[in-house]
Amino acid sequence: MIELTSLTKRFDDFTAVSNLTLTVKPGEVLALLGPNGAGKTTTVRMLAAILRPTSGQATVAGYDVAAYPGEVRRRVGLLTEQPGLYLRMRGSDYLDFFGRLMGMPDDVRAQRARDLLERFGMLGAADRRIGTYSKGMCQKLALVRAMLHDPPVLLLDEPTSAMDPQSAKLVRDAVLRLCRHDRTVVLCTHNLAEAEMLADRIAIISRGSLVALGTSATLKEQLLGPPLMELRLTQPVDGVADLLSNTVTIEGWGDTWLRYSTPDIERTNPLVLSELVNLGVCVTTLSEVPRSLEDVYMQVIGDTRDEFAQ
Amino acid sequence: MITLVRREIRDSLRDWRIILPIIVLTVFFPVLMSIVANMALGWVAKYGAAVVGDRLLPFLLMVVGFFPISFSLVIALETFVGEKERRSLEPLLSTPLTDTELYLGKMIAAMAPPLLAAYLGITVYLGGLYFFKGWLPPVALVVLVLVLTTVEAIVMVAGAVVVSTQTTSVRAANLLASFIIIPMALLIQGEAIIMFWANYHVLWWIVLFLLIVAVILVRAGIHTFNREELLGQDIDELNIAGIWRSFKGHFCWDGWFFSVDPVQLPRWLRWVATLGGLYRIEVPDALRRSRLAFVTAIGGILLSVAVGQSLAADFPIPGGIFQLGSVSGETFANVPEVGWLPAFTVWGVLSNNVRSLLFAALMAVFSFGVMAVALLMIPMAVIFFFVVQAAYAGYDPGLFLLAFVLPHGLFELPAAITATALAVRLGAAFMARHRGVSVREEWLWALADFVKVFVAVVLPLLAIAAIVEIHVTPQVVVWFFGR
Repeated sequence: MIELTSLTKRFDDFTAVSNLTLTVKPGEVLALLGPNGAGKTTTVRMLAAILRPTSGQATVAGYDVAAYPGEVRRRVGLLTEQPGLYLRMRGSDYLDFFGRLMGMPDDVRAQRARDLLERFGMLGAADRRIGTYSKGMCQKLALVRAMLHDPPVLLLDEPTSAMDPQSAKLVRDAVLRLCRHDRTVVLCTHNLAEAEMLADRIAIISRGSLVALGTSATLKEQLLGPPLMELRLTQPVDGVADLLSNTVTIEGWGDTWLRYSTPDIERTNPLVLSELVNLGVCVTTLSEVPRSLEDVYMQVIGDTRDEFAQ
Repeated sequence: MITLVRREIRDSLRDWRIILPIIVLTVFFPVLMSIVANMALGWVAKYGAAVVGDRLLPFLLMVVGFFPISFSLVIALETFVGEKERRSLEPLLSTPLTDTELYLGKMIAAMAPPLLAAYLGITVYLGGLYFFKGWLPPVALVVLVLVLTTVEAIVMVAGAVVVSTQTTSVRAANLLASFIIIPMALLIQGEAIIMFWANYHVLWWIVLFLLIVAVILVRAGIHTFNREELLGQDIDELNIAGIWRSFKGHFCWDGWFFSVDPVQLPRWLRWVATLGGLYRIEVPDALRRSRLAFVTAIGGILLSVAVGQSLAADFPIPGGIFQLGSVSGETFANVPEVGWLPAFTVWGVLSNNVRSLLFAALMAVFSFGVMAVALLMIPMAVIFFFVVQAAYAGYDPGLFLLAFVLPHGLFELPAAITATALAVRLGAAFMARHRGVSVREEWLWALADFVKVFVAVVLPLLAIAAIVEIHVTPQVVVWFFGR
C-alpha cells in the first residue's frame, strides 16, 4: 500500500530526508520513530502529497505522490501534529466541510460522522463551537476528520497526545480495528510504549536517514543482543556462576541472582535448570529480563549520534 | 471549490470585526453621503457653482462603492498566512483540492462579501438621492461605477492574496499591504479628478488597465502558489549567503573547444574553452529559455511602428522644417547641444545605450516586464515617427531608414531586443516559472541569464553599434542626403 524507493527531500542546502526505502503492506501498522527534526513529519507530508519529493519515488494506495497528488490525497487520512481546527465552526459543520472536500455523498458523510463521533464519545459536543473544546476533544475531532472518508491509508502524527488514558485506549482500539479491515497506518509517535503496543514494524529515522527497520523483537535481538535471562536462587550464588560459565555467558550477578545471555533459550534454559537441580541448588525464578523499545531506540540514536560526531 | 468559498464566507461573516464595519459602510455611510450630497448641492447652487454639485454626485457614488471593498484587502491578506499562523492550513492542503481551486476559492471568498456590500451601498446611496432630490445618474455611469468597483476589488484581492501566500505572518502581510494600498489610493485620487472633469470615457481605459493588472496578478498568484512554500517559510530571514551561492551556481559551465576535452588543454588555454562553453552552450540555452520574451519584445516593436505612424499622422511636422539636404558632418557633432541627447562620441553613445537597457531591466523587475517593453517601444516609435515624416516631406522612407538607422541598427537593434527580452523574463519570473523551481530560484536563474547574455552578446554588439554610429552612419547619411 505504501512503497518508498530512495525517497529524498531537500530544502535548499538542507537534506530533511535522505534515500528512504521501505514498504508498508495493507493492514500493517508502521511506527515511525526518531528524535525531533529527524524527518518524520517531512516523510509524512510527502506521503500525504503535500510536499513533493526532490528525488526518489513514493507510491501510496497505488498512486505516485508526485504524478497523482490529488488521487493520493483522496485516499489518505492525515492527522497533523497540531489539530488545526476552525474554532468558529461547530464540530458537526467542520466534519461536514471536510467530508464535502473529500467528495463524500451527503448521506454517507452525515452517517459516518455520527458513527465516528459516537465511537469517540464526541456526539454530545458535535453542535458546540470548536473553540469551546478541550485539547483532548480537539485531538479526537481531528482524528475523526482523518478517518471520515474511510481512507485506505492513515498517517497519524501523535494521535493520542493530550488525551486522557480512556480516550487514548479508544484511539488505540480504533487503530487496531482499522488494521483488521486492511487499512494501512503510519504512526508517528514519541510514545514508545504505544508504538510497541500498536506497531507491526518499527522504523527509526535519524537525521533524515532510516537507521533501523523491523519488528520489535527483531530489533531488540539485532541491536541489544541475545535475550537476557535472570536467575534467582534461594542461596548465595557463590560458585554457581563458575559452574554455569561453560554453558552460558554470565552478564552480571548479585547476592542471590545472576544474569546470563544466550542465543538459544529453548535449548539453554532447560540445561541450566537441569545442572542446578543436579547440584542441589534451589531456583526461585528464571525469567527473561524485559527489554523495551526505549532500550532499542536509545541504542540506535546513541550509535547514530556517535557516528555523526566522528 | 464552492464548498471552500461557502465556508470562508460563513467564517468571515461570523467575525464581528468584519461584519460591523461592512454594515456601517453599507447602510449608514451611503445614507450619510446622500444627505451630504443633498446639502452640498444646495450650498454650491447658492454661489452659482451648480456644476460642482453635478460633478460631486457621481464622485460620491464612486466613493460609496470603494469604501466597502477596502475591507476585502483585510480579509484577503489574512486568508493564507492567517490560517498558517493558526495551524489550520495543513489539513486543508491535504484535501484533493487543486492549487488553482484553493487559490481561486479563497480569492472569491475574500472578495464576495465586501463587493456585495459595495453594490448594496451604491443602491442605498442612489435610493437616498432619488428620494431626496429625484436624481438618478445615467445608466452608463452606474454601470461604469459598478464595473470599476468590481475590477478594483479584484486587483486589491489578487494582490493581497499574492502577499498572503508569500509572507510568513499576518504582521508582515499587513506591512506589505502598503504596496497595494498606496497605488490604489493614488488611483482613486486620479479617478476623482477625472470624475470632476466629467471625462467618464477615460475611466473605461482605467477599467481596461486594471483588468490587465488583475489578470497578471491572478496568474502570478497561481504560479507562485506552492503548498510546500506555504508550509515552510517559518523564518523571516534573508539568507544572503544562500542567495549568492545559488546565483553563483549558474556561472559554472562546461568548457567547449571543438572536439577536444577541455581538461586536456594546457592551463593557459582553458579560458578559451570557458569562453567556448559560454558562447556555444550557455548563451544559446539562455536565449532558448527566453523565446516567449523575445516574441513579446518583437511584438512591442511592431506595435511601436503603428504608434509612430499614428503620431506622425496626428502631428505632422510643418513643411519646410524637415530638410535633410542641409545635413552635414557638423550636424552630428552638434547633437549634444540638444541638451538631453548624449555626447556624440563612441563612449557617449555606448554608455547611454547601456544605461538605458540596464534601467529598463530594473524597471522590468517592478512591472512584471511591462516597462522593459515600453522603454524599447518609445525610441522605436520615435524612429518610425520620423520615417513617416520623411515620407511626408517627400523623401524615400526606406532610404531614410537605410541611411539613418541601418548601419548601426544592424548591431544595436538585436542588442536592444535581446536585452529587453531577457529583462522581460526577469520581470515575468514572478508569474511564470519552471516546474519544481521556487520563485527565488527562477528569478536568480533569469538574472544569471541576463548577466551572461548582456556581457557576452549585448555589450559587444552595443560597442560595435556605437563605433558604427559615430564613424559610419554620419558618412552614409551625408552621402545619401546631405552636402
